[in-house]
Amino acid sequence: MSFVKISLLTMLATFFAVAASANTENEHVAVAEQTSEVKHESTAGNVGEADKHDDSHKKSGKFDAGKMILEHIADAHDWHLWGEGHNTVSISLPVIIYTSSKGITIFSSSKFEHGHAAFDGFRLDEEGHIVWVDKTNLDKIYDISLTKNVVAMLIAVLTLCILIITMANSYVKRKGKAPKGIHNLIEPLILMIRDDVARPSIGQKTDKFMPLLLTVFFFIFINNIFGLIPIFPGGANVTGNIAVTMVLAVVIFLTVNLNGNKYYWKHIFMPDVPVWMYIIIIPIEILGVILKPFVLMLRLFANITAGHIIILGFFSLIFIFGAMNPAGGIGVSPLSVAFTVLMGLLEMLVAFLQAFVFTLLSAIYIGMAVEEHHH
Amino acid sequence: MGLVTPAIGLVFWMLVTFTLLLVILKKFAWKPILSSIKEREETIENALSMAEKAKEDMARLQGENQALLAEARQERDSMMREAKEIKEKIISDAKGMADEEAKKLIARANDEINKQKFAAMEELKKEVASFSVQIAEKLVAAKLEDNAAQQALIANHLSDLTKNPSATA
Repeated sequence: MSFVKISLLTMLATFFAVAASANTENEHVAVAEQTSEVKHESTAGNVGEADKHDDSHKKSGKFDAGKMILEHIADAHDWHLWGEGHNTVSISLPVIIYTSSKGITIFSSSKFEHGHAAFDGFRLDEEGHIVWVDKTNLDKIYDISLTKNVVAMLIAVLTLCILIITMANSYVKRKGKAPKGIHNLIEPLILMIRDDVARPSIGQKTDKFMPLLLTVFFFIFINNIFGLIPIFPGGANVTGNIAVTMVLAVVIFLTVNLNGNKYYWKHIFMPDVPVWMYIIIIPIEILGVILKPFVLMLRLFANITAGHIIILGFFSLIFIFGAMNPAGGIGVSPLSVAFTVLMGLLEMLVAFLQAFVFTLLSAIYIGMAVEEHHH
Repeated sequence: MGLVTPAIGLVFWMLVTFTLLLVILKKFAWKPILSSIKEREETIENALSMAEKAKEDMARLQGENQALLAEARQERDSMMREAKEIKEKIISDAKGMADEEAKKLIARANDEINKQKFAAMEELKKEVASFSVQIAEKLVAAKLEDNAAQQALIANHLSDLTKNPSATA
C-alpha cells in the first residue's frame, strides 16, 4: 500500500510541477492581489520590515502549485499563516544553531527576513536550510532550531499530556466508580490497544510494553489529527516528516532488539534449515530486522505526506484554473472544495488507521521478539 | 531530495520530546490508568462471581427449605395419623373394657339371681312342704290315722312338683 501511495505522491507532484510551469507564461491573476489588504506582521515584533523586501518577491505573484505544496509539507523556520510576498503573515520561530567555532547561537528567524538577509554569518539557502554566508567556511552547522514541526509537535504533545493526565487524575479521584466524561473518550482507545493490539500479539508480557505502545499510538494519532487542522496550531506535517517517523521507528527497533530473547536470536542466526542455506538465510533475516522498522518509518511518512499533498492539490486546482481565467477558478472551486472535504474525511480515517497500524505492527514485532517457543 | 532526508534538528527535538512524553505519561498517566482499569475489571469480575455464588446459595437454601418443609409436612401428617390411631385405640379399648365389665356384671348378676332363685326355691320348697303338710294335716287330720303312709304319699307328690317347677311356679 505504501508503495502505491509513494508512486501516487510522485505522480501528483510531477503533475503539479508541470501544470505550474505551464502557467508561468500567463499573466497572473493571483492570490497575492486577494490578500493585499493583509498587513505584514509577525509575533516576534518586526512589524514594518516588509519594506526591506527586494523586488524579486513581486514575481511570486504567479502561482506555482508544486512549490507551494512542497513548502507546506516541508519544515520551516517560521510558521507561515497567510499571504504572499510583502503581505506574508507568519510567526517567526527561534533559530538555534550549534557550530564548533561559535558554540550555540540563538536568534529569531525574523532576522533572515524570509531568506533575504544574512545574520551573524548565517543565511537561508533556497531550500530553507541554514548555511554559512562565507561559502569557504566548512565548519559543520548543527541546526536544532525550534522549527514549525518542532513547535507543532510540542503543542500536540502538550495537549496530549493535559488530556491524558487529566483523565488519569480523574481515575484516581473517582476510584472504583463507573467511567464518566473524558474517560469515555480515551478509555475505549486504551482498551482497544490493550485487548485487540497488544494482548493477541505479545501475550503474557503485554503489561511491560503497554506504556510504549500507548504513547506511540497517541503521539501519532494526535499529530495526525493536528496535521489535518488547516490553521495554526495545526497544519504542520509532523508525522509526515521522515525525521519524526525515523525516531519512532528507531524506538521500536531498539525495543524489539533489546527485548529479543534467545529464540528470537536463534531464529536469526541459527534457523532450522540445513547449514549450507545459512549463507542465504542469515543475511535475509538480518535484513528483515532492519527492514521492519524501516517500513514502519516509510509507511507513516508516505501516508501522511500523501494525504497532505492530495488535499493541497485539490485546493491548488482553484488557482491553476484561476490563473488561466478567473471564471475557471470560480467554476472549479465548488468541485475542488467538495473533493477536499471528502479527502479531509478520508484523512481522518487515515489518521486513526496509520496510528493503529503503526502500533499493531510494533506490537507484532515485539511479540515476535519476546515469544517463548515450546518445542 | 529534501523530503526524505531527516533533518538533524527535528530528530533531536523528536527524540527529546518523545522520551519525555514516554517518561511523563508512563509515570503520571499509563500506570494509574492501567492499574485502575485492571482493578475495576477485577472488581467487576469479583462482583459477578459473588452474585453467581449468591444465586447458587439462594437456590441451595431454597432447596433446603423445600426439603425441610416437606419433611415437616410429612411429620405432621404422621403425627396426625398416629394421634388418630391412638384415639381410635383408646376408644376401642374403652369400649372393650366396658363390654367386659358389663358382661362380668351381668354374669355376676345372673349368678346372684340364680343363687337367690335357688335359695328361694329351697325355701319355697320347704314352705310348700310345710304348707302342704299343714294343709294335708288340716284336710286329713281326722281321717288319717296312719300318719306315716300319708307322709310318704305327700313326699312323692312333692318330688313330682320339684321335677316340674313350672307347675309349681
